[in-house]
Amino acid sequence: MRIGVVTFPGSLDDIDAARAVRYAGADPVPLWHADAGLRGVDAVILPGGFSYGDYLRCGAIARFSPVMAALVPAARAGLPVLGICNGFQILCEAHLLPGALTRNAGLRFITRDVLLTVANPGTAWTAAYAEGQQLLVPLKSGEGAYAADQATLDELEASGQVVVRYAGAAPNGAARGIAGICNEAGNVVGLMPHPEHAIDPLTGPSADGLGFFASIVKAFAGTGARG
Amino acid sequence: MSGNDTVEVAAATPEFPQPFAELGLTADEYGKIRRILGRRPTAAELALYSVMWSEHASYKSSKVHLRQLAPDERQSRNLLAGIGANAGVVDIGQGYAVTFKIESHNHPSFVEPHQGAATGVGGIVRDILAMGARPVAVMDALRFGPADAHDTARVLPGVVSGISFYGNCLGLPNIGGELAFDPCYSGNPLVNALCVGVMRHTDLKAAVAAGPGNKVVLFGSRTGPDGVGGASVLASATFGEAGPGGSAGGDGRAAKRPSVQVGDPFMEKLLVECCLELYAEGLIEGIQDLGAAGIACATTELSAGGDGGMLVNLDDVPLRDPNLTPAEILMSESQERMMAVVTPANVQPFMRICAKWDVEATVIGEVTGDGTLTMTWRGGTVVQIPPRTAAEGPVYRRPMARPADLDALRTAGPGGLERPKDGPALRGTLLALLGSPDLADKSWVTAQYDRYVRGNTVLAMPEDAGLVRIDEQTQLGIALATDGNGRYCRLDPYQGTQLALSEAYRNVAMTGARPAAVTNCLNFGSPENPEVMWQLAEAVRGLADGCAALGIPVTGGNVSLYNQTGNSAIYPTPVIGVLGVHDDVRRRVAAGFAVDGARVVLLGTTREEFGGSAWAHVVHRHLGGRPPAPDFAAERKLAALIGSAAAAGLLASAHDLSDGGLGIALAESCLRGGRGCTVGLREDPFTELFSESAARAVVSVQPGREDEFAALCAEHGVPATVLGATGGDSLRVHGGFEVPLTELSRVWEGTLPGLFG
Repeated sequence: MRIGVVTFPGSLDDIDAARAVRYAGADPVPLWHADAGLRGVDAVILPGGFSYGDYLRCGAIARFSPVMAALVPAARAGLPVLGICNGFQILCEAHLLPGALTRNAGLRFITRDVLLTVANPGTAWTAAYAEGQQLLVPLKSGEGAYAADQATLDELEASGQVVVRYAGAAPNGAARGIAGICNEAGNVVGLMPHPEHAIDPLTGPSADGLGFFASIVKAFAGTGARG
Repeated sequence: MSGNDTVEVAAATPEFPQPFAELGLTADEYGKIRRILGRRPTAAELALYSVMWSEHASYKSSKVHLRQLAPDERQSRNLLAGIGANAGVVDIGQGYAVTFKIESHNHPSFVEPHQGAATGVGGIVRDILAMGARPVAVMDALRFGPADAHDTARVLPGVVSGISFYGNCLGLPNIGGELAFDPCYSGNPLVNALCVGVMRHTDLKAAVAAGPGNKVVLFGSRTGPDGVGGASVLASATFGEAGPGGSAGGDGRAAKRPSVQVGDPFMEKLLVECCLELYAEGLIEGIQDLGAAGIACATTELSAGGDGGMLVNLDDVPLRDPNLTPAEILMSESQERMMAVVTPANVQPFMRICAKWDVEATVIGEVTGDGTLTMTWRGGTVVQIPPRTAAEGPVYRRPMARPADLDALRTAGPGGLERPKDGPALRGTLLALLGSPDLADKSWVTAQYDRYVRGNTVLAMPEDAGLVRIDEQTQLGIALATDGNGRYCRLDPYQGTQLALSEAYRNVAMTGARPAAVTNCLNFGSPENPEVMWQLAEAVRGLADGCAALGIPVTGGNVSLYNQTGNSAIYPTPVIGVLGVHDDVRRRVAAGFAVDGARVVLLGTTREEFGGSAWAHVVHRHLGGRPPAPDFAAERKLAALIGSAAAAGLLASAHDLSDGGLGIALAESCLRGGRGCTVGLREDPFTELFSESAARAVVSVQPGREDEFAALCAEHGVPATVLGATGGDSLRVHGGFEVPLTELSRVWEGTLPGLFG
């Protein structure tokens, strides 16, 4: 399986996302922000970082890059896409996911190992988990508080689009403790915490995050390899 | 001067008055420049010499002392050939080399804490990048006035947010550092930033402009009016009593605020990736980062290091403000800029890679063979100098005097201070120390730094040292720690510096790494004060002797002088960084008690040593006597023991003893492991718990491996005292006292949030 990892100017956790893809047994394929093609990959990860310096608003400029022009229709057509941290912000800016990420409550950057509860193991990226399973994963962001209007939040909850929640109080003030969500089809997932930094207890707080990458690899194997 | 102050105009107007004093030059220095040039300098030349001859850029007061730090043959075994004492590159095996350095950004961080600290990170990262290395981690050693002082509430959050903003956005893990408070830093906080980079042996780059006809390329951000004179007027002068901005400056730019640069970490990230791609493609003949003294420094150092000539057209420098004068263009410390020397054939591919990364690049001149640094502007020649005269600068042997109050200070030792006599009093002392700002949990600060990015961080704060994996296949890694103790150094700068070196060495060893190299940031008061010069000389002598005794080289460093407001200097505060090599990061040892029922062992010898201790400071606000005695032979044995024991998998934890002694170390090992312990002490529990004797550690041994470990201690000649065992949910001292972990953590974690929100 070939999983594309996009590098925007200012992407930082792209090498980490690629490493996680390798750990899960797939091949990472570097995708460059200025290239309009997706190189025939089977899934795409938008990694963490500060794309375009977070100028204007997190993810606001990345959304208009050539690679996104190719990615948005592909995602709408069912291509699995995972946005982590800045990647989640870009997915919201691109309207592939509803809502927005706002400044942390307390207005400080937060690096902390957080406990997440899996709310929806039915997506392309969470099938390896069980509902209610707890994951210890690093959170590291300054604008990580998920926000949306009440109607959207109600609908996300009613339709099972909340994928992971912070166990206990959300450290950043996220609405309803939401750490990650998916689109209606479940192929596009975005979350603020960093599962790619929890793939090996040597360099992270646990290996709990590996399931995101194992999920997509397994889903792909189940559908019969296309590529 | 209304027109262009060219070389010809200068020659024709010898009596034209020049503002050399406002630029930080003495009358003697100004006279020397006139003698070198055989005429008065142009405005641009005066600016160039003023920043190049500033204390910050020239080391003119410290140079005579720093010569002692040149490594001898034995120490330089692992240094790559051809590297001088101030830009060392360490061979760590498997074809990898490492370069690391620590630098101060003290004055800018006081004037404008956020930007001052941010650009401190940016500057040291470009330093490492210019060596040809990929920066892989940063650390910060921070010192402020009293934690509860009004101004600390302004400076500390700003400094931390600046480091957080810049380092996080740049994508470098912050893996450790220091945070300390003392009234001596009230008007002059210390913000020392360290960066470490990794390269293959073959990637080493030189800061030379060689090969006449080669092009000089300036790339990165545009040059603006920020930071003009930062090196001279800001970093190389004492703050007046009225604070920054209260002192001279005859040209209407009296306030020093604009002397602080503004950082753009996004541009720096692009610059890093762009440079690494340029290196990989072999497109660079020589490279220099632009930091203090900006284009003045880069052009003089590149041409002084090469075969001696460069012609630069300042009209070609891309500007953010078209009104800048040649002097301002030369002195500007705008951030995120680099200068490269490129062969004419490589200019096109060079430009292509810069365009890929959206980095602006401009040819501003070329290397010549005439031995002269020449610059033109608007049709006239505004600089024409022999570059070595600017790059080398004056050398001063400043007068030195032992501080007049030193004997009295040393005589008034801690012997007469009241000590806790029973269990409850010992318990109270432990909690007072644990909750003191210097020893309390630093998460309020470190939680604002990204420690995970790049995915190779194996250990980070609050561990004794940071540990970063270098190679995923072989598990090769590097460990880093910085240490400093102003109180020890105030009492004895020679021994105090050696204690800082000892502690950093010991911290690195605790992870299982082998200490390999030393860097330093020497923070002192004004060199024009003979007592400060004596402190500096003693500190450097202590460092040189200590490194010789440990058999490891000093590979680089930075001197920060004029750290004082008015007549009151900071304590002499050398901050020492030690780098170690870890052969297998999977064998790393951490400080927390990791398993129940593990034997707890104290390594080393405890003496009654309380001069400059945390106990005397926190409980009695006392500073006097002598600091603990350094013992390099014992440090080497301890480090070798921990290295062997870690490799053999005998240790469940290892934690060095330093400020607050065994009591604090035990509490920290309990807190980090989430697990208690029970220990027995002998005749003098107070000394055993709180003495700060050097060369000690507390370890817990993997159950079942006790005999092997005891044999190893004997083999290495390290005294080992069995204290007790891990387990339970409290720290218990037999026959003394007991503190539940919940209480320990409440005291430890509550302090900084209580102060800073």
